[in-house]
Amino acid sequence: MFTEPTLRLTEGDYLTILGHCYDGLPDEACGMLAGRLVHGTTVPDGRVEAVYPCANADASARTYTVDPKDLLRAMRDAEARGLEIVGVYHSHTHTEAWPSPTDVRQAVDPSWLYLIVSLKDGDPVLRAFRIQNGNIAEVAAVLES
Amino acid sequence: MTVEIRMPTILRPHVGGVSSVKADGTTVGEIFDGLMEQFPSLKGQLITEAGDLHRFVNVYRNDDDIRYLERLDTPLNESDVVSIIPAVAGG
Repeated sequence: MFTEPTLRLTEGDYLTILGHCYDGLPDEACGMLAGRLVHGTTVPDGRVEAVYPCANADASARTYTVDPKDLLRAMRDAEARGLEIVGVYHSHTHTEAWPSPTDVRQAVDPSWLYLIVSLKDGDPVLRAFRIQNGNIAEVAAVLES
Repeated sequence: MTVEIRMPTILRPHVGGVSSVKADGTTVGEIFDGLMEQFPSLKGQLITEAGDLHRFVNVYRNDDDIRYLERLDTPLNESDVVSIIPAVAGG
């Protein structure tokens, strides 16, 4: 039976992501997540083992494109550490932490975890999803020390 | 001449699940032709029907985006590594 992974993030990586999202204001910020796959599958086991803040090539408050050179650097570093790219994070500056129609339309890899940080209100809200064939499935996200 | 091509996870099911494959050619276009001959299901994933690079992928020769070189005509040496990376975007 297939089970959705639980996203597990260390507090340090969470703070890296949050700091990058605030630093990116007023634009959206984005970056890559690396971890391991469940053996013999393309499904991430859910534990994020490395976070790679990347430039938003769109420099926009409404859209993001991960700078391809930053992505290449992240892929190489992850591989050197025996990890895989397992997802992407980005911020929503004025909307909820829920995939926008653009996020769904442009979701590149159905096995990835899509982490969204909303900065809409006073406190940031982080939620994680998988996006497969246009369908959004939220996955549990937990912080580990 | 044989050149190494690094594959992103999304395309690995098309190449037997491996992260790196080799193909023959002296330009990016030629090695892509060789790659699609070896792995026919890759057709349509890399090149558009019009014969240009698909906008959902970026291709690097070592550290350089081939869109800023000679695109599919970018020449290759044996020591070059070609990396295919997905365009990661949203809103």
